[in-house]
Amino acid sequence: MNLLQRRLSAGLAIVMTVAMLAGCSGKSGGGSAESTMKAEPSAKASASPSSGQAAPSAKPFEGKTINLVTANHPWADAIKPLIPDFEAATGMKVNVQGYFEDQLTQKLTVQFTAGSETPDVFMYRPLQEGKLFFKNGWLQALDDYVNKDPAYDFADISKSAIGTATVDGKLAGIPIISEQEILYYRKDLLEAAGIPVPKTIDELVAAAKKLHDPGKEMYGFVARGQRSPLVTQVSSFLYSEGGDFMNGDKASINTPEALKAFTTYGTLLKDYGPPGVLNMSWPQAFGIFGQGKVAFLTDANSLYKNATDPSKSQVADKVGFAPFPAGAAGSKPYNITSWGLAINAKSVDKDAAWAFIQWATSKEIVLKTQEKGNPGARTSVWDNPQGTTGFPPELVAVIKESVKGGIDHDRPTVINVGEARDAVGEIVQKIITGETNVQPVADKANEALQAVIDKDKNK
Amino acid sequence: MPYNWFDRNLKWIYVLPAVAFVLVMMLFPILYTVRISFYEWSMSAITPPKWVGLDNYAALLKESRFWHAAGSTLYFTVVALAVEVVLGVAIALLLSREFRGKNLVKTVFLLPMVATPVAMGLVWLLIYEPTIGAANLMLKAIGLKPMLWLGSPAQAIPSLIIVDVWQWTPMISLIVMAGLATIPREPYEAADVDGAGRWKKFASITLPLLRPTILVAAMLRLIDVLKTFDIIYATTQGGPDLATETLNIYGYVLGFQYFKLGMASSLLVLFFALVMGLTLVMIWMRKRMEAQYD
Repeated sequence: MNLLQRRLSAGLAIVMTVAMLAGCSGKSGGGSAESTMKAEPSAKASASPSSGQAAPSAKPFEGKTINLVTANHPWADAIKPLIPDFEAATGMKVNVQGYFEDQLTQKLTVQFTAGSETPDVFMYRPLQEGKLFFKNGWLQALDDYVNKDPAYDFADISKSAIGTATVDGKLAGIPIISEQEILYYRKDLLEAAGIPVPKTIDELVAAAKKLHDPGKEMYGFVARGQRSPLVTQVSSFLYSEGGDFMNGDKASINTPEALKAFTTYGTLLKDYGPPGVLNMSWPQAFGIFGQGKVAFLTDANSLYKNATDPSKSQVADKVGFAPFPAGAAGSKPYNITSWGLAINAKSVDKDAAWAFIQWATSKEIVLKTQEKGNPGARTSVWDNPQGTTGFPPELVAVIKESVKGGIDHDRPTVINVGEARDAVGEIVQKIITGETNVQPVADKANEALQAVIDKDKNK
Repeated sequence: MPYNWFDRNLKWIYVLPAVAFVLVMMLFPILYTVRISFYEWSMSAITPPKWVGLDNYAALLKESRFWHAAGSTLYFTVVALAVEVVLGVAIALLLSREFRGKNLVKTVFLLPMVATPVAMGLVWLLIYEPTIGAANLMLKAIGLKPMLWLGSPAQAIPSLIIVDVWQWTPMISLIVMAGLATIPREPYEAADVDGAGRWKKFASITLPLLRPTILVAAMLRLIDVLKTFDIIYATTQGGPDLATETLNIYGYVLGFQYFKLGMASSLLVLFFALVMGLTLVMIWMRKRMEAQYD
């Protein structure tokens, strides 16, 4: 083999190595192309009669375009068919793009880091990314916008929802989806066994034990077991036992209350859960519940369709809903804003962006999206009988009950949520894998969480 | 005279686009990554990156999670690569024989390679579902005990190796089949005259002559296996309990879930060094082997 060939092969190896890492680190660049795509003056919109709520002369955003980025979420499916009305009334063009949750975060992060003017409006998770995005200067504070138009009735939006979307005393976004943790159960199984619906966590454990029959592929309880996803769902156990992730700026995931809550959750999954819970997030948990193999499930109410939609669930007509069972401190489920709408701080036309948010979170539109099963944050819509038609009546009662004692967060409220979640998740996963000496694990995780909290202070 | 100038420099002009591409799309990101690795940065538009020197590297090397990820990467890579090479060569030898329906078998066999990894990851996630998945149904049908697959820290990496082997063994076979086609007939004829058996012929002729090809195939695969991301992220996201967190996954977590861009970059630089090192070892092995047969 001659020298040239040898050099070539060495060169090839280097280039391939290089190409590999280029793939890993492609974090720069991104989407300015979209912003150059100015709206074609919307001949279509002006040709169609305006929808009545705005006078023909009042098309303040004629010829303007905004870019909206949504998650692949039922809310996005509900809002999309309504957007043409908005476009007709305002003369604005709304470009919509949808992404899965993780890709959404990644896409937004990349765009904002690159200083992109797009998207103008986007869905975000206030508790997951809200603090970081806001402190990085990526979100436009909305305090000056919300009271401009009295008809918008900002005070109608639930206080705890607004609390979730507030960072450093500023409003970072407008809540669109609220959710609480509830207990899903199988009516038929409980009835057959003569077990009443559990009202306390102890009753839940006893009932799960009784209905657990792995020989017949029937399991007592299922919930998320994946490290990071489980954190939000163990939170209600934690609050109901009287604990929390943090106490002021002190991490508190190694307290007796916290250990009791984590142990209960972990043991339920270890002893009465289906095999493989460690790799389950909500799709898998709902999946196996929908296959009729599990008696109890705790998760967010906003996901109820996965249990009651006959195309997804074989037990659609047998699912019951109950408020989160009470622990030592009563029933304290989380009651949070899981999704909000926010404006890019670099957006060129923030008034147009706000006009869209104002419309999308108006009483009228929230009613319409809520009718499609998206639990919103407006009190008046919940009080309106029409506003609850999108939910099974039993669930409406449970939601109204859950909102009362709810806690406004479902994960540690820090900037670096990802790292904090992993610290909490580790304790629970260790319990599920059979670790009995939990205190040292929890102490170590508590230190990790404390480090995350301490870092926040310098920001 | 421009014409002459072009004429004289034609060889440079032709490679210019490729060189420009490599500089802009490969070299620049790498150098930029190296630069960020000396900073602490959460991508903020308000707080600028803060110079921390080698702190990121020091912090990583002290972390047990980093070493665990490095271990998982090597475990996954070594086992997957070994199985794929052995299996790939065996299948290539089988497929190089003549039999009816050979082309059909070849086509079907190559299909996994063309499939989208993330989609395949999701399909395997369903197959591995312990209660309702196909894998356990099959185990039960032949009277074996069902397994936890991705749901157990101990079985998760072997389960992922199975997916990788299923998807990428065909690539090794494809390259080895090409290599087989170039082996001359004469040595076999000579061996026949000497009365060598099938095994002897394989061990003394086929394998030595194939060795360079196998090494190239293994090297290509090595780089790919080391950087495996898609199937792991689509199935376990590094879980359960960090069991499948490789360096690549940890890098993603640091970058896009913890927003520690500096740490993520320094991890990638270390990873780059690891890949480079292993690749150089392979090249050196190849050289030595060639020297032996020259």
